[in-house]
Amino acid sequence: MIDLLTIFVLAVFVGFEVVSKVSTILHTPLMSGANAIHGVILVGAILITGSAESTLQLVLGLLAVFLATVNVVGGFVVTDRMLEMFKR
Amino acid sequence: MIVQLMYLVAALCFILALKGLSSPKHARYGNFIGAFGMLVGVVTAYVHGVVHNGLWILVAVALGVAVGIPAARSVKMTAIPQMVALFNGVGGAAAALVALAEFFAVRDTTVLFRLATVLTVLIGSVSFSGSVVTFLKLQELMTTRPVLLPAGQQLAIAAGVSSVALCALTMAVPNGFLLWSLAAVGLALGVLFVLPVGGADVPIAISLLNAFTGLAVAASGYVLTNTLLIVAGTLVGASGTILTRLMAQAMGRSLTNILFGAFKATTATAHQEEQRTVKSGTVEDVAILLGYANNVVVVPGYGLAVAQAQHAVRELVSQLEKRGVAVSYGIHPVAGRMPGHMNVLLAEADVPYEQLKELDDVNPGITSVDVAVVVGANDVVNPGARDEPASPIYGMPIFDVDRAKSVVFMKRSMRPGFAGVDNELLYNPKTTLLFGDAKDSLTKLLAAVKQL
Repeated sequence: MIDLLTIFVLAVFVGFEVVSKVSTILHTPLMSGANAIHGVILVGAILITGSAESTLQLVLGLLAVFLATVNVVGGFVVTDRMLEMFKR
Repeated sequence: MIVQLMYLVAALCFILALKGLSSPKHARYGNFIGAFGMLVGVVTAYVHGVVHNGLWILVAVALGVAVGIPAARSVKMTAIPQMVALFNGVGGAAAALVALAEFFAVRDTTVLFRLATVLTVLIGSVSFSGSVVTFLKLQELMTTRPVLLPAGQQLAIAAGVSSVALCALTMAVPNGFLLWSLAAVGLALGVLFVLPVGGADVPIAISLLNAFTGLAVAASGYVLTNTLLIVAGTLVGASGTILTRLMAQAMGRSLTNILFGAFKATTATAHQEEQRTVKSGTVEDVAILLGYANNVVVVPGYGLAVAQAQHAVRELVSQLEKRGVAVSYGIHPVAGRMPGHMNVLLAEADVPYEQLKELDDVNPGITSVDVAVVVGANDVVNPGARDEPASPIYGMPIFDVDRAKSVVFMKRSMRPGFAGVDNELLYNPKTTLLFGDAKDSLTKLLAAVKQL
């Protein structure tokens, strides 16, 4: 458990370090990109559904898989559309 | 071992994706890396962790793709904040569902596991319902004004207290019913928390909900002992926190004031000033002013986007540049409906990002600016925010356009801005008002400048 806490604390520092360097111009893509990244809950949703024992778990898990997938693909696609405009 | 390694690769990709955003040049490339990392993580989870229900999972993923991609492809750039709010919501909901499902799987639980579970369920459901209300506000499916329920504050406090109590109770007595109740209270809390937030403060609500969803995902990482979820969730939490803080600074208000002190607009003092004269000009006057200037700053606000005038303003600026006028855009952090929104809207209209300037780039040289053009903005150029401690927006950083040599203020009417505060700049002798729809005025201006 302490291992996980270590990872969490280090990730906090990395997160603040990296995000504070993000260009002000790109704050909207930052938020939608971060949005796509929290879609990583899809990993959790797949793991839980893949080992579901009861119908309740299966239903909850599949709903989570669906929502998380919307989150992931939508997030990355929207971010890409925006960043494409900033290339010029 | 190999699984952990794959998760590490995915986590690194996410960090690189955020790092790529430090400059517009590499940003798109970074986003690809992020998407690649996601693919690595998801495929790893599927190959390694799926014992059964594999086909069901693939169906759910396919459905998600079928919904997500068309939505993201078709959304208008003005509607990005709604979309982001919605994605925040579904992410939060997914995290809460994962924690609920895991709770029913595990028999033998530790205290820390239970703590992580209740936190994921609570934060996830707050984030979900809060995001849905934010979406409804931004999409104007409900009023954008602050909604103050009778006894709303007491209700919110009651919901807050009972959620803490339910968290403690569920940790002491792991019980499915208690956890469901916690989710329900969380949903109510999210609604009560966003309802009193007014239109202009919505960027803060979005940023904060973004941070919440990140935290919910990180907490779910503890529930599942999955390092990738912890790292990715934390990164998002950090990004949301930083943006929330920046937005609060850009409004010159504390976070608690924004969330709990729904604007008590002091419009009463403004009435006596209505008789004062303003100077309104014709399109031709303004065209001459702009055409023969050396140095122009355009300050756009959300009104520009509402009038769909981003392209019109870019065309006018190109025409001015052809005449040798140096033009830049002053972008206030709260211009638009979410952090950085105005930059995206202008980029869509092919404005080169080098021309997009922040407060600190524009204000020091403002006295040498010949003309400051304010289009669809109001509060962000209101000198009252700087000079009048009595003003409700006092303390908000502004563009000091009143210190430029002259000001052109494009306005639809004399109506005050979002905050409902009178703007002294309108009565400044240096200011020329150009009444009318922003797009219409800009198009006429373009024609007039071409005639010069």
